[in-house]
Amino acid sequence: MSNFTTISYKENELNKELAKVFAALLEKKTVDAVLAPCRQANGTIMQTLITDPAQTAAVDPFAPIAPVSSAKIASSLTAKPSGKKIALVMRPCEIRALIELVKLKQANLDDTLLIGIDCFGRFENQDFYSLREQGLTAESFIKAAQGGTTATKDQDIIEACATCEHPTAANADIRLCLIGADAGTFAVEAATGKGEKAFSDMGLSSSTAPGKRAEAVKSLTAARQEAFKQKMNEYREKINSFQALEENMAKCINCYNCRVACPVCYCKECVFVTDTFRHDSEQFVGWAQQKGSLKMPTDTVFYHLTRMTHIGNFCVGCGQCTSACPNDINLTMAFKAAAKVSQERFGYEAGRSVDEAQPLTVFHHDELVEVTGQMK
Amino acid sequence: MTDFEPQIVAFFCNWCTFTAADLAGTSRMTYPPNVKIIRVMCSGMVDPKFVIKAFLNGADGVLIGGCWPGDCHYINGNLKARRRVAHLTEILKQYGIGEDRFWLRWIAASDGIMLQKVAQEMTDKIKVLGPSPIKMAAQEAA
Repeated sequence: MSNFTTISYKENELNKELAKVFAALLEKKTVDAVLAPCRQANGTIMQTLITDPAQTAAVDPFAPIAPVSSAKIASSLTAKPSGKKIALVMRPCEIRALIELVKLKQANLDDTLLIGIDCFGRFENQDFYSLREQGLTAESFIKAAQGGTTATKDQDIIEACATCEHPTAANADIRLCLIGADAGTFAVEAATGKGEKAFSDMGLSSSTAPGKRAEAVKSLTAARQEAFKQKMNEYREKINSFQALEENMAKCINCYNCRVACPVCYCKECVFVTDTFRHDSEQFVGWAQQKGSLKMPTDTVFYHLTRMTHIGNFCVGCGQCTSACPNDINLTMAFKAAAKVSQERFGYEAGRSVDEAQPLTVFHHDELVEVTGQMK
Repeated sequence: MTDFEPQIVAFFCNWCTFTAADLAGTSRMTYPPNVKIIRVMCSGMVDPKFVIKAFLNGADGVLIGGCWPGDCHYINGNLKARRRVAHLTEILKQYGIGEDRFWLRWIAASDGIMLQKVAQEMTDKIKVLGPSPIKMAAQEAA
């Protein structure tokens, strides 16, 4: 049974109240550092590693923007044990990606306190900054989202978020809850033993969940599931052949931004930047001669199909690939589609549990007989 | 379509399936020349990229041949191959390259007959299916 504490905030003081929570974690020495999205001096919002309690004043974790997936940052902070305890303030998709990285031995949760935030979605970076110019704040966004609308006059949250089936953070030690919270309040939930300990360190009183939370989470999840189903059907209908896939990826220029942005693209060195794909001129001309012409750069669809086989089982649908694409290719749906079929085949769900083995790391003598259809 | 000769790229494991192909040869058994064999040390070393590349370069079918479960020279390479094939099949199937064009079969070293049978079956099957949609797309584009 989880413990909750409800905290009220005055208008424009949500971040101030959140800062108090994070500062308490540092002051009580529950953790040595807090990683959270913060306003920088130049106004941008970036993940920031804070050790000085006073510096928590800049936190803005609910601002609807995610310039990078913090799972990658968490990986660089935890892959090698530092002996320092770090609280990681992350979105649900980022935590799910982090769980996959833990299983790939590229991150470690031993010295962490996972603080998961309720997520209504995010905007593309540029959209967020232009909306902020027009007065959008984390609070105004939350208020609108709690009322059921994330769209503004010109922009809406990205498709990945609008079709995300996980608005709350599973596997977090502490959750910062907004879904179903009364106006002007948020709840802090201790969800694990680690979370309970942090709770008592901070001297937070315990109470029950906000009354409307369970219902609100259920209805938001259901709405997003429905949206996912619809978008996935649209994708399947439109991109149902190899030719259609090629057209979808036609603007790819091999910049590989998508794999850099991808939190679960796990290879230390991508094969597509090795000599394997550094072809000789002779080779290119030879290929061109076969058909009379050769679209360049080459190996674009090859690259995306390979990435699908690499991360199909781990894709959490965070949308960073689409955000990173300079040519607006809708990669998220292509990868969510690959994730859906491959995860369903193995009864696996990316980010569900650290104890669930990744599908291609285990294999049994008597399984998948249908692949060959042969019986001895 | 009657004169369509499918190109089938076959990755055969050194210890069982390739040995079976050798046996078929030395026993003077014939199998369709459509099956182009690439010898690999184990079905478990067939990277999904090999299969994707074969299809992208116009293969009408890809056949992976390995040892029966329990017989792998490297103990369990074939079991890893099976999982990978299941995974890759799901990805390719979405875009029109289904199980009918991408086969994994267990063929023991002693089983030249089975080798001949599988090669014939796959060639016949793909003759009926016609050229790979990837090849067709490339031809249309050119």
